[in-house]
Amino acid sequence: MAAIAPYLWLGMLFAFPFLLVFKLSLSDVALSMPPYAPKFDPGNIGRFVRALDLDTYGRLVSDPIYIKAWLSSLKIAAISTALLVLIGYPIAYGMARCSSGSRQLLVLAVTLPFFTSFLIRVYAWVAILKPAGILNAGLHALGLPPVAVMNTDAAVYIGMVYAYLPFMALPLYAVLEKQDESLIEAAADLGATPFRAFWTVTFPMSLPGVAAGALLCFIPIVGEFVIPDLLGGSSTLMIGKTIWTEFFNNRDWPAAAAAATALLITLVVPLMLYQRQQARVLR
Amino acid sequence: MTTKAARPNIGAIRSSFAPWNDPGTKPLVRFDGVTKRFGDQIAVDNVSLDIYEREFFALLGPSGCGKTTLMRMLAGFETPDAGRIMLGGVDLADTPPHKRPVNMMFQSYALFPHLSVAGNIAFGLKMEGLKKVAITDRVNEMLKLVKLEAYAARMPHQLSGGQRQRVALARAIARKPRVLLLDEPLAALDKKLREETQFELTDLQMELGITFLTVTHDQDEAMVLADRIGVMDQGRIVQIGPPTEVYEAPNSRGVAEFLGDINIFEGIVETFNSPVASLKSADGHFKVVDEDCPAGGATVWLAVRPEKMRISPKAPPKGTANVLAGEIWDIGYLGDWTTYIVEIGPNRLIRVAQANASRIVEHPLSWDDKVWVSFDADAGVVLTR
Ligand SMILES: Nc1ncnc2c1ncn2[C@@H]1O[C@H](COP(=O)(O)OP(=O)(O)O)[C@@H](O)[C@H]1O
Ligand SMILES: [Mg+2]
Repeated sequence: MAAIAPYLWLGMLFAFPFLLVFKLSLSDVALSMPPYAPKFDPGNIGRFVRALDLDTYGRLVSDPIYIKAWLSSLKIAAISTALLVLIGYPIAYGMARCSSGSRQLLVLAVTLPFFTSFLIRVYAWVAILKPAGILNAGLHALGLPPVAVMNTDAAVYIGMVYAYLPFMALPLYAVLEKQDESLIEAAADLGATPFRAFWTVTFPMSLPGVAAGALLCFIPIVGEFVIPDLLGGSSTLMIGKTIWTEFFNNRDWPAAAAAATALLITLVVPLMLYQRQQARVLR
Repeated sequence: MTTKAARPNIGAIRSSFAPWNDPGTKPLVRFDGVTKRFGDQIAVDNVSLDIYEREFFALLGPSGCGKTTLMRMLAGFETPDAGRIMLGGVDLADTPPHKRPVNMMFQSYALFPHLSVAGNIAFGLKMEGLKKVAITDRVNEMLKLVKLEAYAARMPHQLSGGQRQRVALARAIARKPRVLLLDEPLAALDKKLREETQFELTDLQMELGITFLTVTHDQDEAMVLADRIGVMDQGRIVQIGPPTEVYEAPNSRGVAEFLGDINIFEGIVETFNSPVASLKSADGHFKVVDEDCPAGGATVWLAVRPEKMRISPKAPPKGTANVLAGEIWDIGYLGDWTTYIVEIGPNRLIRVAQANASRIVEHPLSWDDKVWVSFDADAGVVLTR
């Protein structure tokens, strides 16, 4: 019984909703309520299945807006993830090198933002970055010229790094904290300066943590909607925003569903690579 | 049968090797009043110790007595709270670990799990900045030395415990350190492998001519390996000397009891006409030969090793000195040796060990047999503390 629980969970919360979305992506737009056809008809499954087709996916490929949004999402996610590694690694490293008492405090500090709503925290960034916001007020007080960050890609990166930092820092911390201190001593004993000991021992051994953190950040960032919507500008193109627009503004449910399905498939590839790598580490 | 490998005449070299007796020889390593505390606990307490070039020195003591800490201070991983550590006459205080010409074989081996056997051995050579060809040559030489040529490409987790130990050893000697530090080098091996490796280590040390400092809690290991043993207890060095000296002439009951089994008789010196002393104890009178016995009236302890006592079912002739009558309380048969526990008085047990020289004994000793234990006047050592 206990063994099937995870499958039940997966089935209810992932496979079934996904199948609904996938079915939707095979439908066509229709002026009805809800706005697509065919509708599922238990009485005549044959006609229902025959009416499903891949037309929507054709539109996805032919209209450059989807490809552009998809590429732009991958770019923003890649750059954000790289920034997260650069910022998260020193934080995790510092935490792992602390005395065990202050470590727990720091882990708490890193998880503390989760105690408030994500949306509120993003709105806080709006308050900071908007033209007459806290940032520019501070710059003004220092006698510096104001900066226009709000509604640019820079604001999106700031938001992404801020929101996903715990997802990068914590897996890295978990790996670095486990690392056997005597390996660093062995490196020093064999003539490695602290700098070289880090790059030849600590860093290569922490790569599984880097991979875990990068995936935990990259995948949700690709589909992120709230941050580009609230902090980004009209030129910030992200697939999450596109799906939202198709769904709510254009009422093109099949196109939104097809874009979501395509996104999921592109994200399954890095996930499987990660799985393979994890299996190799465990062996 | 043990096969005799080709090697220099170690016996001749070893029996004459005693630089510590020559006041003209400068030590390679000198610990000078070294103290280390962790919080309010004192791990190493005012240790002074000289180790000489090409010596195999063993620190021996119970777990937690500060051996590893002392060694880690020489490697540079701990800083002494007081005292100095010198190497070749130079104070090491300002030299960071990566610049010290010593290498350590860690108790856990500390092999790099992300590097192959060859990668582990090459690590220190790369840090030295050697050329690729020189590194490859040296790595191959090391692999051959520890008989792991076939395992160069293996990862540490694919090796047995004994193989890992050899990789750790090869990695530590690859840089030709002036002192090789070994922290419980054989503790993780099983008994048979441990005994083989002990002899390999001594051969290796002769061959390389490197000074070895080893740390162990196993007295057999220290005795087999070392030229000299430093016996440690609670952060202090309590005796330093060659194995035979610390075993046969311990300077205290603590050392005597830590190195093997021993029978101790508390008594008072009746007379002492150097070197012959007569002692009176609750177990009877003893006649002993010991130049260092204190004068009459002093309280002393006579310590006699079990293998230096004889056991017999027949009473020795009247007038024989150092005879104890008793009953066999227990027998431990070890094949080569038999240990008899003899009750010589109410709640007074002594231990006698006899080599089993014959295969068949007509009247073997048995439980509750009445026996006589005797020992020669020079079999024991008189201790004053
Ligand atoms: N880093 C440390 N922090 C606190 N106490 C330590 C540390 N290292 C060793 N000790 C303590 O110092 C004493 C000596 O330890 P150690 O040198 O490892 O002993 P040994 O190697 O003889 O078993 C022990 O009581 C140990 O608990
Ligand atoms: Mg130790």
